[in-house]
Amino acid sequence: DVVFAQKVHLNRICSILLVSQRFQSTLVVAEHNNDKLTPIMLSAITAAKKLGGDVSCLVAGTDCATVAQEVSKVLGVKTVLIAQNDAYKGSLTEELTPLILATQKQFNFTHICAGASAFGKVRVSAKLDVAPISDIIEIKSPDTFVRTIYARNALSTVKCNDNVKVFTVRGTSFEPTEVDGGSLFISVAASASAVMSEWLEATLTKSDCPELTSAKVVVSGGRGLKNGENFKLLYDLADKINAAGKWLLWMLDMMQVGQTGKIVAPELYIAVGISGAIQHLSGMKTIVAINKDPEAPIFQVVD
Amino acid sequence: MSRVLVGVKRVIDYAVKIRVKPDHSGVVTDGVKHSMNPFCEIAVEEAVKLKEKKFIKEVVAVSCGPTQVTETIRTALAMGCDRGIHVEVSGKDYEAMGPLQISKIFAALAKKEEASLVILGKQAIDDDCNQTGQMTAALLDWPQGTFASEVTIDGEKVKVVREIDGGLETIKISMPAVLTADLRLNTPRYATLPNIMKAKKKKIANMKPADLGVDEPPTRLAGVKVETVDDLVAKLKANGTI
Repeated sequence: DVVFAQKVHLNRICSILLVSQRFQSTLVVAEHNNDKLTPIMLSAITAAKKLGGDVSCLVAGTDCATVAQEVSKVLGVKTVLIAQNDAYKGSLTEELTPLILATQKQFNFTHICAGASAFGKVRVSAKLDVAPISDIIEIKSPDTFVRTIYARNALSTVKCNDNVKVFTVRGTSFEPTEVDGGSLFISVAASASAVMSEWLEATLTKSDCPELTSAKVVVSGGRGLKNGENFKLLYDLADKINAAGKWLLWMLDMMQVGQTGKIVAPELYIAVGISGAIQHLSGMKTIVAINKDPEAPIFQVVD
Repeated sequence: MSRVLVGVKRVIDYAVKIRVKPDHSGVVTDGVKHSMNPFCEIAVEEAVKLKEKKFIKEVVAVSCGPTQVTETIRTALAMGCDRGIHVEVSGKDYEAMGPLQISKIFAALAKKEEASLVILGKQAIDDDCNQTGQMTAALLDWPQGTFASEVTIDGEKVKVVREIDGGLETIKISMPAVLTADLRLNTPRYATLPNIMKAKKKKIANMKPADLGVDEPPTRLAGVKVETVDDLVAKLKANGTI
C-alpha cells in the first residue's frame, strides 16, 4: 500500500511540473493614437494582471515611441513589444492581425486581450481557431470569465478550455492601473502589409468634456423633453452641478446608451424625461430621475 | 454575378423581459416571443437597398438553427431578399453553438455562393458577442467594415464610415468584404402584406454544417452559468455600495 501511495504522489508531481512548464503570460494589444493610450487600456492591463502571469503589451503603429514610453511606465507591464510600420496607419485590424499572430507564434502567450471597443481584436481569434470572450466584467480564474448577456440583464460565467484565451475587457469594470513602473522593450518585426483596407480619416467629436464612458456624472435627456429648447434646461442643470467630468447626451434613441450602445457607469446619473428600460441602468451608482409620469419604470430603480 | 449574403439571427424579442432558468443553466426561451435580431434587420435593409440601387444582383438570407429560424428567413425574404438558406442545427448542438462555428459556416457559404459581400448585424442582442462578422472576415481573409453607419460602393471598393468610440472613422476596403451593421446605418422597412405573400413563394434551401465542411460537434466554452443583474443590484444595495 505504501508503494502505491508513493506512485500516486509521483504522478501528481509530474503533472504539476508539466502544467507549470507553460507559464502564464498575457499579451495586451494596445489601442492608441500615436500620442497616448486610450483610457480603456489601463483597465485592460488591470484585467491582464489579475490573471497572474507576466504582462506584455504590443504597441503597433506608424510612430510608436511616445506610446511605448507611456506603456513602459504602467505598473505591472513587464515587456513592451514595438512594431513600427506605415502599414499600421489607422490601426487597421487586417494589418494588425498577422502581426498579433506572428507575435503569438514567437512568444506563445496563454492569454491575448484588448479593451472592448470598436478597435477590439476579435479577428485574430478566428485565425487561432479559438472562441473569444467579449467584454468581460470579471475574471474568476485564468480560465473562467464573467460577461453580461441580454443587454446586461443577465450574467454569464464562462469557462474556456482553449490553450490560448482571447478576450476583450470592459473598461468600466476594471480600475485603471497606476503608472510609474518600468519595462523591457523588444522590437517585433512588422509584417508586410495586407493591402486590402485603407484608412481614410477619423472625425472625432470635439468637445471639452472627457470621454463619455469614463465620465463621473452623466445627465441625459430623452423623448420626454420633446424639443431642443428644453435641452437648454439640461445644459443649465449640468453647469450648476459643475462636477468634474460631466457629459451631456442627446438621446433620441434609447438603444444608443441603453441596450447595445455606450456603456456608462458614472457615479451620478440624472435622467430627465426618460422612461428607463432596465438595459439602460445597470452599472450606475446613483440614479436621479425627473419625469412627469409617476408610473415610469425608471422610478423603480432610482435613489 | 454580384451577390450578397446576409446573416439573420432569431433571438428573443428585444422588448421581452428575460428570465433565467431556476437551475441557472440558461435563459427561458420556451413560449417566449422571438424575432429577428434588430441589427440583422438593419443588415437586410442595407443589402436590399444595395440591390435596389443596382449595385448587386441577388441577396441571399442565411440563418443557422432549428426549424423555427425559417420564420426569420421568411421575414428577410419579405423585406426583399431573393432566396434563403437554412443551415440546420438543433438541440444540444444549437445550444452549444457560438460565433466561431457560425463564422465557419458563413465563411464556407460565402465561398460556395461566391458572394461579393457578407453583411451581418454588429452583434446579437442575446449573447451580445460582437464577434461573428470579424471572425468570418478572418476565416475568409477578407477586409472588414464593422460598426458601419454608412456604406458606399465605389467600383471594386467599399467606403465604410464606422462608429468608433469618440466619433466616426472612414475606411476604404476592397471587395469581397464583410460588413457589420450598426444602429445608424439605416431604418429597416416593414414588410408589406403583398411582399409577405410573395415571400412565401421564394425558395429556402436546407443544409447541414457538415455539407459545408464544418465539423460537428462544435467546441464549446464549458460551464455556462447565468444569474440576473437584479440579484447583483440587490446585493449591492444590501451591502451599501449603491
